[in-house]
Amino acid sequence: MPGPDKETDLTERVEAFLSDLKRGGSGAGPLRGSAETARETTALLRKITAQARWSSAGDLMEIIRKEGRRMTAAQPSETTVGNMIRRVLKIIREEYARSRGSSEEADQQESLHKLLTSGGLSEENFRQHFAPLKANVIEAINELLTELEGTTDNISMQALEHIHSNEVIMTIGRSRTVEAFLRDAARKRKFHVIVAECAPFCQGHEMATNLSKAGIETTVIADAAIFAVMSRVNKVIIGTQTVLANGGLRAVNGTHTLALAAKHHSTPLIVCAPMFKLSPQFPNEEDTFHKFVSPHEVLPFTEGEILSKVNVHCPVFDYVPPELITLFISNIGGHAPSYIYRLMSELYHPEDHEL
Amino acid sequence: MLLQQQRKRSRIVKMADSGVTDGNEKKGDIERAKNEGKELTKEEKQRLRKEKKQQKKSKEKKDDKAIQESGKETKGDSSAVSAPQPSTQSTAQKVPAPVSVPAPEAPTPAEKPPKSKAELKAERRARQEAERASKQSKKGDPGPQGAVSKSKAATNELQPVKRLPEHIQVDNPDVLKKLAKKLERQQTPGQNSAKKIPLRLDYGYKVSLFSHLHQYSRKAPLTQQLSIPSTVIHPAIVRLGLQYSQGIVAGSNARSIALLHAFKQVIRDYTTPPNEELSRDLVNRLKPYISFLNQCRPLSASMGNAIKYVKKEISNIPSQCKEEEAKRKLLFCIEWYIKEKIILAAKAIAESSIEKISDGDVILIYGCSSLVNHILCEALEKNRKFRVIVVDSRPRLEGREALRRLVQRGISCTYVLISAVSYILPEVSKVFLGAHALLANGYVMSRVGTSQIALVAKAFNVPVLVCCETYKFCERVQTDSFVSNELDDPDDLIVTRNGQTHLEHWQQEPPLGLLNLVYDVTPPDFVDLVITELGMIPCTSVPVVLRVKNVDQ
Repeated sequence: MPGPDKETDLTERVEAFLSDLKRGGSGAGPLRGSAETARETTALLRKITAQARWSSAGDLMEIIRKEGRRMTAAQPSETTVGNMIRRVLKIIREEYARSRGSSEEADQQESLHKLLTSGGLSEENFRQHFAPLKANVIEAINELLTELEGTTDNISMQALEHIHSNEVIMTIGRSRTVEAFLRDAARKRKFHVIVAECAPFCQGHEMATNLSKAGIETTVIADAAIFAVMSRVNKVIIGTQTVLANGGLRAVNGTHTLALAAKHHSTPLIVCAPMFKLSPQFPNEEDTFHKFVSPHEVLPFTEGEILSKVNVHCPVFDYVPPELITLFISNIGGHAPSYIYRLMSELYHPEDHEL
Repeated sequence: MLLQQQRKRSRIVKMADSGVTDGNEKKGDIERAKNEGKELTKEEKQRLRKEKKQQKKSKEKKDDKAIQESGKETKGDSSAVSAPQPSTQSTAQKVPAPVSVPAPEAPTPAEKPPKSKAELKAERRARQEAERASKQSKKGDPGPQGAVSKSKAATNELQPVKRLPEHIQVDNPDVLKKLAKKLERQQTPGQNSAKKIPLRLDYGYKVSLFSHLHQYSRKAPLTQQLSIPSTVIHPAIVRLGLQYSQGIVAGSNARSIALLHAFKQVIRDYTTPPNEELSRDLVNRLKPYISFLNQCRPLSASMGNAIKYVKKEISNIPSQCKEEEAKRKLLFCIEWYIKEKIILAAKAIAESSIEKISDGDVILIYGCSSLVNHILCEALEKNRKFRVIVVDSRPRLEGREALRRLVQRGISCTYVLISAVSYILPEVSKVFLGAHALLANGYVMSRVGTSQIALVAKAFNVPVLVCCETYKFCERVQTDSFVSNELDDPDDLIVTRNGQTHLEHWQQEPPLGLLNLVYDVTPPDFVDLVITELGMIPCTSVPVVLRVKNVDQ
């Protein structure tokens, strides 16, 4: 029968995705870019919308929330999964509201007047059934997927506005967004790139080889030399894993040092981050912010005699406060860190911050 | 008097015209001086030659050709001059020494105002007889000590020109030529030019920002180019040079002590040749050794100061002293230097630092500094309760050595890489750093990465303490890590992870360069305190200490 087959097929897909997430994850495992994760999550959510059984928007949202909780639990550090789920939830809310006929702005405005007078609107339970809702939601998710596919190109298109000739640009580790950004600028301008290798994973090496293949003059330096060469750097351009709700970053380790050095020399720090990396998380959650990988990357097992007597830490991420950041470049343009909260309120609904 | 006036006149005349015929005039000058009965020593001739050269340069600053010409001239000149004067020159060996001195001086831009020359001349002549030997030794050492010794000599008189050390002028082809010629000439008497000190060649693509520095490969040590047996260089020095270039002996204290021990061996094996004075000959014997060591690995500031001390002691040996006694005296002086400046200083610094360590402290150290390790071990003996965080960085990974030593003594340690410093710093209460040298403008020159740690510590409001013995204080000034640094083998940055080596073929991709810096400078506003054996001083008091030391000596 087609029904149960579709359902088992769907659960299989979800399980496959979950195990993929658990095995992967940034740093040690096989590198899976955030863009890819975002696309796969969205595609999976579209499939769930299409194939799962639901009658009203509320049901759909419940199903998606349940699956979403499982997905974020599989790999907490991969925040793009959670972000995409929240985007889809927001889409569902919008489509529902549009089907009901009420305008979206009225829904979102939190004016004092609304707080005092309205009672019913906030107790929206999404129980009404609308026939075209499914088609609308799937169409909106398709639009989201198109947007996701074009993010890197949109960001690279802005490269020439920010890079002039004979500049020295510094970056750290490996970011596909920044790589595309710099290669696009290199088509028209000549500049020099310094890549900090970002131990212990040394992803900077791959970045440097890719950039040099594109004809850009590249230099690889050790992490320890970041401050030493910073005085000759004109701009620092980095990618990030997540953009936090306060405008800060959760980026690869070593980025905080880079940001401090740039601040000391008054060098602008530019972050290239597409919108799907924006997450409603705040940095105060001590337990969930940091992620650690095996300490043998730092102190290998060949140092066996002292291994048992020494504590070794290998954190993957760093927190960079928003005061050290000059500019965010995303697929919808450039913003200051102080504007991030506004963008977030447009992307996600406040009730979805906690899945 | 007449002679002096004549000289002044001829000098003024020379200043007015370009000096292609200078050589002949010089010769005439000297002949005249000899005929008038004034005893012209070899040093005076040297000085005259040097002055004239500097005059020429002040007019033709950027004229390389003229400098080269004058270089050739003086060589031709000196050989012509030395021939008719066998009385003043005992051996042919003396000729290379003065000629080699003008050669490295050639690229220096001369900025002496003409007026002071006359005063200087008079002063110098007055002091010449008394300080002949020490002047020669100070003038005779080229290279990084040049600037230091010159400024030291000038504390009581007008500031003469500071010599730019050769190892930061690699992009100037004239300097390289002069260096090659100098290495050819630095040989013991009687050897043919085939047995000379080899010139080490640069390796790999150099990042354009650092094109003025040498970059050597560890796989091509200098000793491969030495003939066997090498009678030019003492075997202890050859071994030392190899140990330096391969990184077996590393760290400024270790290098200085190894150098002084090698010098002791050289002195023990030394015999004065006939008709020679120990004080002058031994110094000349040491010159090629120092050039060789410089080629293996650029000398550190601590080594420079040690060499200056040894040369001064040698030249202060009175000429009537017997050889055995002189050697004994020198060995004793060197041992005293090691004991006082390094070992006892470390004890004194440890005592002061232990006051700064309180129970429950979490101390962060970077890399492997022998002094900081000593302090921590002493603090443990005095029963302070603390734990240590060791920060390390690629590609040298010296922190592992420090980690082994501390763990062996039973100190509880944590180990991270430098990129995790901002994660670990909230736990830290103090940062202890070692130094390679302390510069006269208050900057701390240390292993690359130290300035970064100081920066992040400042951002987290953690006090930074630098521990440094006073023999590492140096007269240089520097504001960034570019002008004077050391480039290590770039292949060290290559690493294989997950079976992939991305940078393996970096030489075949022309736009790709690898940069392996060794040192960096930390600005004084990041450092809260410097602990020396003279006490705890702020960073900015370094020139005061230098001045006090000069007055003492």
